[in-house]
Amino acid sequence: MNGFAGFALRRVIGAVITLLAISVIVYVVFYVTPGNVAQITCGPRCSPEQVHQVTQQLRLDDPLYVRYWHFLEGIVAGQDYSTGTSVAHCAAPCLGLSYQSDQQVTQIILTKLPVSLSLVLGAMVLWLLLGVGTGILSVWRRGRFTERALTGLTLAGISTPVFVIGLVLMIVVCGQLELLPFPEYVPFADDPEQWAWNLLLPWLTLAVAEAAYFARLTRASMLETLAEDHIRTFRAYGVGERAVVGRHALRGALAPIIALNANDVGSAVGGAVLIETLFGLPGIGQELVHAVTVVDLPVVVGMVLVIGFFVVLANAVADVLYALADRRVVLT
Amino acid sequence: MSLVRVTDLTVEFGALRAVDGLSFTLAAGAALALVGESGSGKSTVASALLGLHHGTGARVGGSVEVAGVDVQTASDEELRRLRGAKAAMVFQDPLSSLDPYYAIGDQIAEVHRVHARVSRRAARARAVEVLDRVGIPDAARRARSRPHEFSGGMRQRALIAMALACEPELLIADEPTTALDVTVQAQILDLLHTLREESGMGLLLVTHDVGVAAESVDDVLVMRHGRVVEQGPVAAVLGTPARPYTRELLSAVPRVDAVRAPSQASDEVVLEAVGLRRDFGRGRRAFTAVDDVSLTVRRGETLGVVGESGSGKTTLGRMLVGLLEPTAGEVRHDGHARAGVHPVVQMVFQDPVSSLNPRRSVGESIADPLRARGERDEGRVRGRVKELLERVGLEGAHYERYPHEFSGGQRQRVGIARALAADPRVIVCDEPVSALDVTTQAQVVALLGELQRELGLALVFVAHDLAVVRQVSDRVAVMRQGRIVETGPADEVYDHPQDPYTRQLLAAVPALDPEVAARRRAARRELASA
Repeated sequence: MNGFAGFALRRVIGAVITLLAISVIVYVVFYVTPGNVAQITCGPRCSPEQVHQVTQQLRLDDPLYVRYWHFLEGIVAGQDYSTGTSVAHCAAPCLGLSYQSDQQVTQIILTKLPVSLSLVLGAMVLWLLLGVGTGILSVWRRGRFTERALTGLTLAGISTPVFVIGLVLMIVVCGQLELLPFPEYVPFADDPEQWAWNLLLPWLTLAVAEAAYFARLTRASMLETLAEDHIRTFRAYGVGERAVVGRHALRGALAPIIALNANDVGSAVGGAVLIETLFGLPGIGQELVHAVTVVDLPVVVGMVLVIGFFVVLANAVADVLYALADRRVVLT
Repeated sequence: MSLVRVTDLTVEFGALRAVDGLSFTLAAGAALALVGESGSGKSTVASALLGLHHGTGARVGGSVEVAGVDVQTASDEELRRLRGAKAAMVFQDPLSSLDPYYAIGDQIAEVHRVHARVSRRAARARAVEVLDRVGIPDAARRARSRPHEFSGGMRQRALIAMALACEPELLIADEPTTALDVTVQAQILDLLHTLREESGMGLLLVTHDVGVAAESVDDVLVMRHGRVVEQGPVAAVLGTPARPYTRELLSAVPRVDAVRAPSQASDEVVLEAVGLRRDFGRGRRAFTAVDDVSLTVRRGETLGVVGESGSGKTTLGRMLVGLLEPTAGEVRHDGHARAGVHPVVQMVFQDPVSSLNPRRSVGESIADPLRARGERDEGRVRGRVKELLERVGLEGAHYERYPHEFSGGQRQRVGIARALAADPRVIVCDEPVSALDVTTQAQVVALLGELQRELGLALVFVAHDLAVVRQVSDRVAVMRQGRIVETGPADEVYDHPQDPYTRQLLAAVPALDPEVAARRRAARRELASA
């Protein structure tokens, strides 16, 4: 267990360093981006005095390192913010206030994150079932019509843009057949059943696009394993094809599937913007895109950190699963 | 009734006829070895016995009958019942032949449950039982280990245990000891012998090593180009071979007891190692691969460095050439300490396939050392390369050819030509012939000897094969766990070994004479029980 504790500690330290580095990069990028942030924040009809006031309020005059220092301070100790008329306190892990809405960034994250996680984790279950299942089936029926048909479908899945899949699904299922109402996000806590029904189409859309990659990877890795010597051993001992494919070949394909899954889950938390927009899901991705267009630095930093956190977390989980799947792997 | 009856077997892969009209029988409980060089079709025959060519596109003709099953006409279901239950196979490379993801006991249990209607628990118990029987210590615990946690010899024991799990009538062993050290090889061969005595199962041994065959079987069948060359009792075939090819094969086999004519060594020391040490890794995982090794190599002589895998001999060779930096100690050329590679000391590598760039012509590869020394005149480079190619027994016109167009022996000749290109005074050969067939091996060894005499080269010959080392060396150093345990003139070390480890190594070398082999086996058994 000492080995695992050491691994966990090293990972946590690594994650903190990674997240700090990400935040520095975002700050620097924003600092060098041209355009008058105060003017954009205040709105096009603001007078120069008002713009000046906004500049003061948001401390846009301070040098880069001072602003970054305030940001770090906020995370550790919390921060008081003047909103012009009153002073708001933002408690300890404080990521600042939105320039636009004066809302605390941590609050924004807390409302957006469940939406994104609902979408990604639900879709993950579907894409693993669909993708790995398709991969296994095409290996099992290799050289026959089924395999060629599945390969064709997979290629179609990879080459169709995700918004086309989503639009077609929505038009057919909700518009033509009227099987489901047009999706609208319902929090899980309010009504779990409605939550699931409304997320079904977004899940399917994201899953179909992802599953194609998993089907390809599963098929390729399994075929590679099937060519290895130990498969010959089990064939030479009369072990049936079902066990050879289902147990030995699949096990060999597990490690790359875990790695790809971690990557995709991590990046889909913030990266499923198209699907969030298409289905009107108020998630992290949408919020990030919006914040970038209005140069809302605290929100951008917050969203980017959330995404970074999930990428790091997903990879750490993958490493643990990896070591469980293949005992030759030593966690370091 | 015979256990195996093969009649007029042919196996064709596309245009290649791997097995060509082969017939033999094996009586129940008897042991037969198929002996041949690579490409003789011996492994193809072994696979055909289990019908492993079904569905691979190979065309199989003739008839194969194993334990009453006609393999050619058997249904998939009948074949599955034959495989493992009646005839079980042990493969060459025990690491890659086991599934890396599952515990060894579970893999054996899985195979057992295919053939016996028993519970999971009973199958596990059976796995522990057979692991114990093949001599895995603490079998109940080790059954839960995965293959990478076993040593090479233990893995091979585990594979044999898998074969035993279903109590087959026939054991097919395809090069079962080729990947193993000589002392481990002796243990595995002894184990096969004991198991056969106890269970009365038949053995079909496939091997390129005549000595391994002499140790283990009653009858031998010599194969070449997919056909039978000679067949009969092992003592007769190996003692008084009737066919020229068998004689050629036997004469190419290096003997551990053969005395060699000394080369013209001078007293001039060309290469010297003083207190060489090399550590790898850090912290708890640190280990010392080579520990305080000192040696000298004189002009015109051959120093053999012999040891088992992990003894540090390759690390030592690399330090002598300057490819590895020693942690302590130094390498001296002509009395001067040197760091890094230097044209004076060149290397010939073990694997002639991977040590040549497959995307460059062999001529370009040989020209590399010349260009590295600053030769810019294309005409001179080409001339010298052609000269070198001819010197090692190839043709100057081979300059433009690529490595895959050559056989293993020819590729090793290219490797030697490349080493010669730098005009070295010492060549360190790391297992230069271990990937080659015996007849090719003999040719390459002869070439090295010729070059040595002509050019006054000093050779450091690093190898695990005791017989080959004796054949080429004037002096020998025996390595174990990074240290030289014994060193001296070759004849002295081989005929009067002082160190117990050297004695153990020499006792494990397979003898070509079955009677001697039986005596040695008895001696080993006594040693083990004592």
